[in-house]
Amino acid sequence: MKANQSTITKSPQLYQSKAMSIAVSKAKLILLAAVLVNLSACSGLGVEPWERDLLATKAMALTSSPVDAALDDHIYFSKEASSGGKSFGGGGCGCN
Amino acid sequence: MSYSNNKNSKQPSQNNQQSQNKKANIKMALSMAAGALLGTSAMVNDAKAEVLKDWQFDSAFLFYSEDQRVTAAEVIVSGNKTFANDEILNLKLTIDSLTGASANGAVVQAQAQTFTRPSGEGQYVTPAGETPLDDTFKDTRVQLNAQWTQPLAENYTGSIGGHFSKEFDYLSLGGNGNLAVDFYKKNSTISLGLSHFQDTFTPMGGIPKPYASMPIGDSSSASWDEDFAKTRIGSSEKKVTSDVLLGFTQVINRRMITQFNYSYSMVRGYLTDPFKIVSVLDQQGTAQDYIYEQRPDERNKQSTFAQAKYHFDQNLLNSVLDISYRYMWDDWQIKSHTLDSTLYMPLSSRFGKQSYLRPHIRYYQQSAAEFYRPYTFAEQENKTTPDENYISADYRIGEMTAITLGVKYGFSLNNGNDFSVRLEYYRQMPSNAGFDEPSELSSLTVYPVVQAVIFQLSYSFL
Repeated sequence: MKANQSTITKSPQLYQSKAMSIAVSKAKLILLAAVLVNLSACSGLGVEPWERDLLATKAMALTSSPVDAALDDHIYFSKEASSGGKSFGGGGCGCN
Repeated sequence: MSYSNNKNSKQPSQNNQQSQNKKANIKMALSMAAGALLGTSAMVNDAKAEVLKDWQFDSAFLFYSEDQRVTAAEVIVSGNKTFANDEILNLKLTIDSLTGASANGAVVQAQAQTFTRPSGEGQYVTPAGETPLDDTFKDTRVQLNAQWTQPLAENYTGSIGGHFSKEFDYLSLGGNGNLAVDFYKKNSTISLGLSHFQDTFTPMGGIPKPYASMPIGDSSSASWDEDFAKTRIGSSEKKVTSDVLLGFTQVINRRMITQFNYSYSMVRGYLTDPFKIVSVLDQQGTAQDYIYEQRPDERNKQSTFAQAKYHFDQNLLNSVLDISYRYMWDDWQIKSHTLDSTLYMPLSSRFGKQSYLRPHIRYYQQSAAEFYRPYTFAEQENKTTPDENYISADYRIGEMTAITLGVKYGFSLNNGNDFSVRLEYYRQMPSNAGFDEPSELSSLTVYPVVQAVIFQLSYSFL
């Protein structure tokens, strides 16, 4: 994309190609949004309420042990340059 | 909130009543234990036990020990109470204490090096060939968190929380708010979270003047205090952190769930580490001076996070695979990749007790901040302009790879409470991000490996 834009000169054809590339990227965005919405609604993803037996177990929770997660976040926050992502990366201690 | 178990329960069968009484007694005893853990006196009265009986507690003790460096002990007690309309109150108390030595930023030398302690009181000597570590680190921290979560309307869940954390030299106050919207039979959830932290740092010895030379000399001499004060620009500094977190959770099928997050974090204020210095070397690599580091007063971080959990069937022992990936990037030009995975393996239950084994592997890799330098050279130092005078030799913002390997074993006790033990090995491997190495450093370890052991005991009880 970047290479495309940098080679654009003032020829009408290339203006057209720029407009096209914007249109394509817009179309891609719309497509992505549509995919996200359809992902759940139409494609057979998801379960009925009575099929949640496994999903309801503690082992299947997205954060199955919040205490472990809090301790790990504290360790890695103070030893590495990254934090958060899964939850807030915020401040909270003078360890970094 | 039922009182009937304790007394006046008019059950037709005596056995039933006895077993109920027994349950109530156990519950009472555990509530008292919980009360004791929460810091109240051992003589917890009935009223307190009654208040605690609808709570569910998670507690943990963690021991973190680096080879020849920092040792930390941390205790967490987290309580959850669910109310009649599905409101959930979570209160969490964290206490940790830290002792030991931490890299001060200076580079290893072929001869012994003398440094002044951050407080200005006294000096310490690093032997030849060893990474300079400041061994004065000692801190105790108390943290309190409260979080209230409740349904706002059908498919809408709101949550607000507060944070308080106090160390000897550090105060952090924070708050957060979250909104989650479920749709398509709760198979999809979109969430938005905001958090804000306000930190105040009052380091021992004050805030050093960036680029000032660390004074080294006789700290008992008459002029020492005055000399040291010349390298200080204040006694306290502030830092503000604001985060936005956008999340999308999708149930794929009966066995699989996924999560995707995007987060943006803005940090403003004092981001320099007042305890860190940078060695100023001559062309051969011999330290001529040590200067206090300086980082920009803002940092904007972004990250994307994806996680998937899969529940295998009986052929694979009903185990649960958890795999996640995070990509983080910021305007300090740090980029990082984190890959984390656990495999929860239930073991065949013996005597009615459920137990599990959970191996863990984590891989982490980061690039260096644009102003990171493992050391600087005397002639370079004079050439810097005010715009480009950020410098830090803190290996934690340098190029690094880290790996964690661990295993957790947990089991349920007869009363339904859970106990687990976790043992992990953490290894940081800093590397050279393309800096010239002067001849004197070639036979020395400029980027030392850091190794740590993590040991944790957890107990969850009702």
